[in-house]
Amino acid sequence: MNERVKKLRQESLNTQPYISIQRASLVTEAYKKYEGTVSIPVLRALAFEHLMENKNICIGEGELIVGERGELPQATPTFPELCCHSLEDLELINNRKKISFKVNQEIKEIQKEKIIPYWKNRSIRSRIFKEMTPEWKECYTAGIFTEFMEQRAPGHTVADDKIYYKGFSNFIQDIEKSIQNIDYLNDFEAYDKQEELKAMLICAKAIIRFAERYAEKALEMAEGEKNPRRKKELKKIAEVCLYVPAHPPRNFWEALQMYWFVHIGVIGELNTWDSFNPGRLDQHLYPFYKKGLEEETLTWEKAKELLECFWIKFNNQPAPPKVGVTLAESGTYTDFANINTGGLKVDGSDGVNDLTYLILDVIDEMRLLQPSTNIQLSKKSPDRFLKRAGEIIRKGWGQPSVFNAEEVIEEMLRQGKSLEDARCGGTSGCVETGAFGKESYILTGYFNLVKVLEITLNNGIDPQTGKKIGMESGELIQFNSFKELLAAFKRQLHYFIDIKIRGNNIIERLYAIHIPAPFLSIIISDCIEKGKDYNAGGARYNTDYIQGVGIGTITDSLSAIKYHVFDQKNINMKKLKEVLKNNFVGHEEVRQLFLNKTPRYGNDDDYADDIMKLVFNAFYKEVNGRKNTKGGVYRINMLPTTCHIYFGSVVGATPDGRREEQPLSEGISPVQGADRLGPTAVIKSAAKMDQVKTGGTLLNQKFTPQLLEGEKGIDSLAHLIKAYFKLGGHHIQFNVISADTLRAAQKEPEKYRNLIVRVAGYSDYFNNLSKTLQDEIISRTEHQSC
Amino acid sequence: MIGKKLTTEEVIKEIEKDLVFYKESGGGVTFSGGEPLGQSEFLEGLLSGCRKKKIHTAVDTSGYISWEILNKISPKVDLFLYDLKLMDNERHKKYTGEFNELILENLKKLSSIHNNILVRFPVIPGINDDYQNIKEIGKFLSSLKITQVSLLPYHYIGIDKYRRLGMTYRLAGIQSPSEERLSEISVILSKFNLNVKLRG
Repeated sequence: MNERVKKLRQESLNTQPYISIQRASLVTEAYKKYEGTVSIPVLRALAFEHLMENKNICIGEGELIVGERGELPQATPTFPELCCHSLEDLELINNRKKISFKVNQEIKEIQKEKIIPYWKNRSIRSRIFKEMTPEWKECYTAGIFTEFMEQRAPGHTVADDKIYYKGFSNFIQDIEKSIQNIDYLNDFEAYDKQEELKAMLICAKAIIRFAERYAEKALEMAEGEKNPRRKKELKKIAEVCLYVPAHPPRNFWEALQMYWFVHIGVIGELNTWDSFNPGRLDQHLYPFYKKGLEEETLTWEKAKELLECFWIKFNNQPAPPKVGVTLAESGTYTDFANINTGGLKVDGSDGVNDLTYLILDVIDEMRLLQPSTNIQLSKKSPDRFLKRAGEIIRKGWGQPSVFNAEEVIEEMLRQGKSLEDARCGGTSGCVETGAFGKESYILTGYFNLVKVLEITLNNGIDPQTGKKIGMESGELIQFNSFKELLAAFKRQLHYFIDIKIRGNNIIERLYAIHIPAPFLSIIISDCIEKGKDYNAGGARYNTDYIQGVGIGTITDSLSAIKYHVFDQKNINMKKLKEVLKNNFVGHEEVRQLFLNKTPRYGNDDDYADDIMKLVFNAFYKEVNGRKNTKGGVYRINMLPTTCHIYFGSVVGATPDGRREEQPLSEGISPVQGADRLGPTAVIKSAAKMDQVKTGGTLLNQKFTPQLLEGEKGIDSLAHLIKAYFKLGGHHIQFNVISADTLRAAQKEPEKYRNLIVRVAGYSDYFNNLSKTLQDEIISRTEHQSC
Repeated sequence: MIGKKLTTEEVIKEIEKDLVFYKESGGGVTFSGGEPLGQSEFLEGLLSGCRKKKIHTAVDTSGYISWEILNKISPKVDLFLYDLKLMDNERHKKYTGEFNELILENLKKLSSIHNNILVRFPVIPGINDDYQNIKEIGKFLSSLKITQVSLLPYHYIGIDKYRRLGMTYRLAGIQSPSEERLSEISVILSKFNLNVKLRG
């Protein structure tokens, strides 16, 4: 990277995130001025306009791509209409050791005087908790499920290519046409449509105005600029901002700036889950890149510099501060922008192009938390593509992750999307499949499969609190077969999913009515045509997800019961209950039996893997196809983010040998340490899940750097990935282990039973090595990863 | 799989589980030991089973086995990994406990009926990495038809295992060969028109 990029990157990394109160103040002002005099969509639009007209304009030294969500890099606004932080919240956010945001005294004053009095009872968070039933609240408190929408707005969508051939002046024409088409005589939603479209018009004009303000600022700065080179750049910035987003971009620079204004618009309008992202960036930018090179108005170096400046912009916008359960489930600055590379083109041909490789170079150099990146690997992808990605993966900072393009497309086709829309889609957030630019694919909450089992084992009672929160599905000691137990689990599952969805139905309407998103609606098909908001079902496809967590833990737990209670009769139900109740204290021999003498998921053993399939299918059947409020349906995902840790903390000891409060298994990975036959067996087990039925699964694999050394290491990695994808895997990512992890493994070998290290010409389980050899490998790893 | 008795069918079933990986990587199964030819009938059954399923097979042998067995099994093996340690008969006896005539004779015969043999030479400093031995190996192999010679640098990872099993490790104190020495050996052997590969 060049000096400019180096400096901007360093600034981004060195700045401590802090709370900015500007947005909250401006939105509150607008609400106070207009609320009650206009419709709610128009009110939201006027608040957006007020923000775009008055928020701080910042052009950092050396910047080429401009625009921040807050007034400066790392300045993080709050969204009181969603979650109105109390003074205690702010204190906590300031003081907490991890994921802290600095809050100064002035901000606390404004929060106290202006923000809290207005929003305390109006925020969507307080409305949600007011509307939820006691049953829902009990489940939420017990950790049966989480609720995504209680602090952040529905988002979970990604831009497609339309903003590269349409400017906002074109969108304005589309909106006006749609207004003209309203049938006031026969369409009884005419007024709603009119107000929504009016709101979109205000937002479209506001984003153009926002860019003009950047142009004005750039010109003003150019006036006073002494350095002729920078003066020229500032004038160029002004030229770009006067053209986009009003008009479709003409070149590479304008294309990037176009997207970035849209990005700032989306994440300024609301704090949407998964911060929004450009999606298939190499596809969208390639025509501009190619044209620039052909016409000699762009060079490879200039394109790289612009991309790197663009990358830094993402890293400057941490996810706004979360509190409570949402913090526990997703405690990170990462805002889950996840850029896709490769995949297929709309005509089904290979999407990898020269720009794809340039983007991979940028990923390699930038090493930033945000944006996250992935490759969409298809059968048509050239070998060089996976190889280049492999070189970055083995450096061990977790990017890019790898997706199976064909599988992702098949998932969308199964859900009824058109072939073209499916091919232009991809994955975002962590691993979520979506038809980019055309779908609202909302994650509504994580669902604790293991907790449901715990409640089944206790006939509806949560043993952590003694409260009855489930239904009576039968006393454990009365079950005569595994089948009966499974049937009881299914009844509980049904009961809890009903509660979750009843809640969702209300929450979705709260958003549809009170928090429409007219700006986001402009760029997602077919909101303009339908005259409907993104949050009310305006998108072409409207999918709701419930994400299952703990499949490994629940599989091994059920396997232990089936094997030791019903098959081998090593232990009876009464004893099992007692052992679990005592958290295995005084029953270490039983725990060892469960841990070591049970068929477990992740070893390509059908005994356990068939149980995984039973649980997966039960969850799938319970959720898949249920209708949502937006004219779409529910689907399932199998991903945890970091929720498996929170969910584990609310579950007592489980029959897989897990002690109380320990984390659950993560994604569709086996229980930590349960897989003992290496990565090929894990892949075989994981692939037995019919992943096409999901909208995303997450599989983590851990390796040490030595294992991925040289050409051969990269080849092995490629073979492993391709074999998994051939079997129908959706996603795989690799953690390359650090020396610290190895040290932790030395201290707690039980937790790291599956950790494989490269020893000499061969690999072995770390646990199998003597302390001396372990030490040697630790020092070697330390040496190599620095 | 330590200490588990399996039937031929069970082993084949286990092997088949990884079919997708063999196909993706162009790999297959390697039968090693101990000495897999020590259970030649069982091995033959497995080899036939693999052939039926079109799974690539490799047999890792010390060559210290009767020619009848080697001859019988050879048509069913895709690749032989054949260990060669010392050319001098007395030294061979000293370090391995057996003379090497049978091993050399078998390799000679095998190379006339099998066209995919990879000779593996474990390089153990001070024991078999002397110029004389390497030259003899080169000379011997250059007269045969073999696919490749692999140099396997000695490592002392086994020490731990011996300790765990309460056995004395008799090569204690010997270090792994240096990279320089390995490439020198590689150069010498290459002069005999052999396809030499390090760790391959």
